[in-house]
Amino acid sequence: MPAIAVESLYKVFGKGAQKAVLQLQDGVPREALNARNVTAAVIDHNWQIEAGEIFVVMGLSGSGKSTLIRMLNGLIKPTAGKIFIDGVDLGALSPRDLRRLRREKISMVFQHFALLPHRTVVENVAFGLEIKGLSKAERLERAREAVELVGLTGHEDKLPAQLSGGMKQRVGLARALAADTEILLMDEAFSALDPLIRQEMQDQLLDLQGKLAKTIVFITHDLNEAMRIGDRIAVCDGEVKQLGTAEDLLLHPADDYVAEFTADVDRSRVLTAEAVMEPCGATDTSEFTTVESGVPVNELYEPVLNSKAPLLVVDDNDDPLGVVTPRSILKSLAPEPDTEPQAEPDPEPGTDRGAEEERQPA
Amino acid sequence: MIDYLRDWFWTYVWKPLPELAIGDWMESAIRWARATWAPFFTGIKDFLEFLYSNLADALLWLPSGLMVLVFAAVAFAAKGWKLGLGMGAGMFVVAWMPYWEETMETLAMVIVSALIATIIAVPLGILASENRTVSTLTRPALDFMQTLPAFVYLLPVVMLFRVGVVPGIIATIIFCMPPGVRFTELGLRQVDKEVVEAGQAFGASPASILARIKLPLALPTIMAGLNQVIMLALSMVVIAGLVGGGGLGEIITNSLSRVDLASGFNAGLAVVFLAVFLDRVTQGLSDRTPVARAALLTQ
Repeated sequence: MPAIAVESLYKVFGKGAQKAVLQLQDGVPREALNARNVTAAVIDHNWQIEAGEIFVVMGLSGSGKSTLIRMLNGLIKPTAGKIFIDGVDLGALSPRDLRRLRREKISMVFQHFALLPHRTVVENVAFGLEIKGLSKAERLERAREAVELVGLTGHEDKLPAQLSGGMKQRVGLARALAADTEILLMDEAFSALDPLIRQEMQDQLLDLQGKLAKTIVFITHDLNEAMRIGDRIAVCDGEVKQLGTAEDLLLHPADDYVAEFTADVDRSRVLTAEAVMEPCGATDTSEFTTVESGVPVNELYEPVLNSKAPLLVVDDNDDPLGVVTPRSILKSLAPEPDTEPQAEPDPEPGTDRGAEEERQPA
Repeated sequence: MIDYLRDWFWTYVWKPLPELAIGDWMESAIRWARATWAPFFTGIKDFLEFLYSNLADALLWLPSGLMVLVFAAVAFAAKGWKLGLGMGAGMFVVAWMPYWEETMETLAMVIVSALIATIIAVPLGILASENRTVSTLTRPALDFMQTLPAFVYLLPVVMLFRVGVVPGIIATIIFCMPPGVRFTELGLRQVDKEVVEAGQAFGASPASILARIKLPLALPTIMAGLNQVIMLALSMVVIAGLVGGGGLGEIITNSLSRVDLASGFNAGLAVVFLAVFLDRVTQGLSDRTPVARAALLTQ
C-alpha cells in the first residue's frame, strides 16, 4: 500500500469551483478560467508515494504546490478527488479524526519556520508532543533527542529570535521529527535560507533520511534542490507536467516547460555514469579502470582524464554495462535534444551501432 | 416654478410626515425596563456597590503616607526600580495634596469598571476574531458606544439606577469597553498565519490553538487594549461626577459650578498623577508578557 496516494485531485479557488473542475476535465485550459476570477491551483493529480521515498513537488510560485501539500494533511479541502494516507481516505474523516491522523502520522516543516517566539528551542520542538498529550518530562526528553539529531545541542534553552535562519529551520525540522510521524511534509523548507546554509540543510536532510527512512514530500521551486534530494520529482504547473527521477527529467523532458527548467540544471551532478555511458561489446573487466553505475558524472572527470582507455561502467556484480569516454561526458552535458538518443541508457549493451560509433574516438 | 415645487413638496409630503423620535422610544423602553425589571437592576446595583465600597475601603485602610509605599511597590513590581521611585514620588505629591480619599475612591471606581469591562471585552474580542458574523455585528455597536457623547450615557443609567456611584460605574463600563474588544480581535487576527497553521498541522484542536498559540502571541496587543480601557475608564469616571459618582469627579464638577479654581486644580492634578500611574504600570505589565520579553531580548 502506498504511503500517500492521490486520485484525480483538483483544487480550484473562487466562485463556481465545482463547475470549473468539470470544465477542466473537459479540457478547458487553466488560463481560460483565470478570466472569471477562478484560480485552478491543482489540476488532475494522480500519483502515489511509497513509504521511505523522498517525493519532490517542483514548480514556480503560483503552480499550486503549497496548496497541494496543505491538502495532503487536510489543511485545505480538495475541490474534487481523493487523498489516501496509508489507505485512509482523508475526505471521509471527521475533523476530530483528521486531527488525530495529523498527530500520529503527518508532521510538517514550514517555509518561514512558524516557531513560537516566546518558547525556547526545546519547548518549540516539544510542541507536537504536547499536543499528543505526553507528560512534560517525557516530551522534553524526546525533544532533547530530536534537538541532538539535528545538531542543535547546546542551544536548547535559547529563544528562536536568538538563532540564525538555518538554526531556526533545524528547530522546525526537529519539531517535525520529535512528533515521530511516518510522513514529513516540507513546504519550501529551505527556500528562505542562504545558498550555503541551504546546501548544508539538504545534506543533513539526506543524512537523517538515511537513518530514519521517513516518507517525505518536499516542495521547492529550485530544480537543483529537487534533483539533489528527490527520489522522484513531479514538475507541476497546476497539473503534473512530468513525474520521474532526476535523470528522467534531464534526459527525456516531457515538454518544453520541463525542458526549460532543466536547461539551467547542473547536469553533471544529476547524471550518473550509467546514463552517459556508451554501449560496449563483451569485454574483459580487468583491462579497464572501472566505475560503478551510480557515480555522478562530476566525479568521473578525473578518472577519465587519468586513464587512456575508456572507463568501464560496471553494475553491483562487477559485470560491464558500458564505457565512458571524454566524448560521452561532453555529449551528456550539452542539453540539446539531438544528443538524446545517444545519451539514452541502452538496455542492451553491445549492439552493433553503439559499438561501432564507440571505437572511432577511443 | 421650482419654488412652487419646493413648497409643494414641503407642504404636502415632508411636513405631514411624523417626526422620527428614536429618543422617545428609547425613553419609553427604559421606563418599561425600570418598571418590569426593577429587582434585576437593584441586584446589579447592590453587587457593584458591594465591589466598589469594599475596594475603596481597602485602598483607604492604610494611611496615605504608607499607601504611597504600596503604590511604589506596585510600580516597582510592574517595571523596575526607576518606575517605582517615580510613581512613589508622584503618589506622594497626591497624598500631600487635599483629596487623597477622593483619589482612592476614583481609583476604586476605575478598577471595578475596567475589571468588569475586561471580563466582557476579552471573550467578546475572541469570539469576534473567530467568527465573521460576530465581528460585523459588534463593530457598529462598538462605534456607537464610543461616539455617543459621554454625558448622554448618564441619562438612561441614572433613570435605571438613580444617582450615586453605580450609574457612574455602569456608564464607565460601557464607555471604556470598546478598545478592549477591538484590540483583542485585532491582536488575535494579526497572529502569524503560518504559526496557526503549524498548530493545525500538528493536530491541535481550535481551543488548544487559541490557548497555546493565538492568545500568547496576541497578549501584547490585548494588553495595549486594556491600557486604553483603563485610561478611558479614568476619563469617564470623572464625568460621572455629574451624577453624584463621588471621588475626584464630584470635586471637579462642583468646582466648575462654583468657579473654584483652587480645588478644581488640586483634583485635576490628582487625576493626572493617577492617569500616569495607571498608564505606566499597565505598560510595564504588557512589556513583561512572554512574547514582548522575547522581542526585547533580541533588540
